[in-house]
Amino acid sequence: MNKLILPRRRFLGGLALGAGGLALGGCDAIAENEALVATIRKADRLTYHAQRTLVDRQALAQEFSKADLSPTFRANGSTTVNTPEYQQHAREKFANWQLKIGGLVAKPQSFNMLQLLQMPAREQITRHDCVEGWSAIGQWRGTPLALILKAAELSSRARFLVFHCADTLNGLPYYESIDLVDAFHPQTILAWSMNGQMLPVAHGAPLRLRVERLLGYKHAKYVNRIEAVTSFAGIYQGNGGYWEDVSDYEYYGGI
Amino acid sequence: MNDSETIAIPEATIPVGGALVKRHRLSTRIWHWTNALALLVLFMSGLMIFNAYPRLHWGDIGSIHDRAWLEIGGDDKRGYLKLGDSELPTTGVLGHWRNAEGEVKTRAFPSWATIPSRFSLPLARNWHLAFAWVLSIGLTLYMLRSLFNGHVRKDLHIRRAEWSPRHIWHDIKDHARLRFPTGAAALNYNILQKLSYIGVIFVLLPLMIATGLSMSPGMNAAMPWLPELFGGRQSARSMHFIASFLLLGFFFVHMMMVLLAGPFNEVRSIITGWYRLPVAQEAAE
Repeated sequence: MNKLILPRRRFLGGLALGAGGLALGGCDAIAENEALVATIRKADRLTYHAQRTLVDRQALAQEFSKADLSPTFRANGSTTVNTPEYQQHAREKFANWQLKIGGLVAKPQSFNMLQLLQMPAREQITRHDCVEGWSAIGQWRGTPLALILKAAELSSRARFLVFHCADTLNGLPYYESIDLVDAFHPQTILAWSMNGQMLPVAHGAPLRLRVERLLGYKHAKYVNRIEAVTSFAGIYQGNGGYWEDVSDYEYYGGI
Repeated sequence: MNDSETIAIPEATIPVGGALVKRHRLSTRIWHWTNALALLVLFMSGLMIFNAYPRLHWGDIGSIHDRAWLEIGGDDKRGYLKLGDSELPTTGVLGHWRNAEGEVKTRAFPSWATIPSRFSLPLARNWHLAFAWVLSIGLTLYMLRSLFNGHVRKDLHIRRAEWSPRHIWHDIKDHARLRFPTGAAALNYNILQKLSYIGVIFVLLPLMIATGLSMSPGMNAAMPWLPELFGGRQSARSMHFIASFLLLGFFFVHMMMVLLAGPFNEVRSIITGWYRLPVAQEAAE
């Protein structure tokens, strides 16, 4: 019996002694194997369909009280936009910012900030969950996306909404997209106010998508254009979002 | 010894030490290995996910601006693990270590412990979320199967006599002296085995799944009571982390017991189902 264990002991010893490089190579050969990764990435679809099937599509994300607000709400991703146009908008307090909606809509149009501020607004205190693992609670006020979609008369062929942003991250334009269940969800708003103030630049001024049942990377900041589409073909790398394009984050950000 | 503890087989067929007997059901063996693989992938990819934000909090919120009860970090000189106000130096292991190429890295968990070995939150999540399905489906099927095939009732159910402090103490002493049951008695799990298997199957693994789901914003909308049950999303994340290390602890003890009890026989039994009943020491000598 000892003869059987010895090679294993030597192997373990080898690992401990730093010959681990080889074993690691083996581990990564599996962990980074393209075909295998393509297979396990299908779990994202499974999760999406499971949640869409089992979870009430109108279920509201948990809302909190003012006492629960984070003392400091972490800002990450882009925290400003370094273009002369944006800086000019910031100096004008975004009075001339335009939100365009186009693609598969009957009435493509443009809203200015005053128009958006005059539409019925929704206020919610929600928890922001970053894909990295941290959370912060903030109070958001903004225009329900459903009102904008209604005004633009969304086509029945539309399946996703793409949010184009003014910022770039690592030299690439930021964008994200959501399906229509999340688009028409009552808590999905284009927020223009945070914690009782006009939305700060670090948090995406003047308009930031709040889509409360999804992780933070879906909450596009500095939104200036919404595009209704049937698929992501032809939109950047075709995966539905900046993070989905550059590093294989799940399309469905609900888990 | 209480009579109710011996298995109900007619006396003539009670196997004796040295006999090769069928010990583990097929369902147990399949689940054991599926689960072992799932836990390995989940643990190592989980360490990489932790690396993306190596701090733990209690309550609903927690970010770099809030106080953490646990933090693993490092810089170009040292690595550390902070527990509340105390700081443990972990240079060389956590927060400051060298990779296979000898370069200093300052991530919390070193590359040999993570899937993948390089820093990649998305790839770690791909593996983690895929194998979370393997774990959950496997555990559910195994629990159902065990309830119906009598595994729970016959093998895991703790009989009243076994709960007596004297019996438990006796079993602890036997374990400490490495005196393992022989003959037909070795077919039954002892109280410590039962407690640890029940603890893993019915407490730790369901806790991992529940705390894991508590971190899903989609599931939170459906079940806001779930993260609240644990005291908030960050508390759930902390408990997910703690429970994963309890499972690691179980793994080490489990491996140690397999080695002490005879690795060949034990590994054969969990692969083929066949187990050779240990012969009483006196007889063997």
